[in-house]
Amino acid sequence: METLTLNRTAVAVNAEGYLTDMNQWTPELAKEMAAEVNIELTPKHFEVLNWLREKQREGVQLSIRKLGNSGIVDIKTFYQLFPGGPLKISSKLAGIPKPASCV
Amino acid sequence: MQETMERPKTSVAEVPVNKDKGKLKKVLIICSKGKLEDVYAALVMANGALMEGLEAKMFFTFFGLEAITKKHADNLHTATVGNPAFMPGMPTMVAGLPGFEAFASYMMKKEMDKLDIPHVTEFIQMIEAGGGEIYACKLAADMFHLKKEDFVDEVKGIITVGDMYALAEGEGTQIIFI
Repeated sequence: METLTLNRTAVAVNAEGYLTDMNQWTPELAKEMAAEVNIELTPKHFEVLNWLREKQREGVQLSIRKLGNSGIVDIKTFYQLFPGGPLKISSKLAGIPKPASCV
Repeated sequence: MQETMERPKTSVAEVPVNKDKGKLKKVLIICSKGKLEDVYAALVMANGALMEGLEAKMFFTFFGLEAITKKHADNLHTATVGNPAFMPGMPTMVAGLPGFEAFASYMMKKEMDKLDIPHVTEFIQMIEAGGGEIYACKLAADMFHLKKEDFVDEVKGIITVGDMYALAEGEGTQIIFI
């Protein structure tokens, strides 16, 4: 188990940098994690992150397609918001585990 | 005699690390077949590449062209005859009965729906939305008398084999042939 210290608070993360306890997540933490991958989080980003967290709590297996059908963003915008692997990056920033989806 | 054989160690699934730093940046996926499972293999790999932040280009040729025509994209079939892995033990004569292939393909699509796998046309839209590019082979299109308007709108162009290789230019590209 590794820890990630941002803003003087330590949160537990796994070897790939995903939070191991989604309850340790805060919007401030997301902002700091996003800055490391050169993303500045806008309210639209947070809508996505909150949706992901909500679905994760409901036990839904997340996929790009589901997000595209969520009514929050279309798939094209999703790729633009989180360039370089949208579902993985957004899941990391949302403090939820790495998505195990092939579509 | 003493038993000396050790039990093999169980390996723990770990994310493989690419040590030689030769990063994969782009995939060019050539789909030459029109069977449901082959087309899906191509689509899943192209979409999967985009999901990983890689570039993805697709080139459809020969029977693979079926997958990008407006008429047939969502009506692809799996082969029930000449496919030994399909329901082992199924006699070929039975598998060849009229309607059997359509029924098997329908069942397969139903299973895919359950797994949240989109239909071919929707999958193609997803790939385009993710920045992927889709092309048709000129030679095969000419052979099957297919024109730009016969293909789904996401098809970017009908190109030659030379143009196809140009798509693969650049360091860190892999070509995958199906």
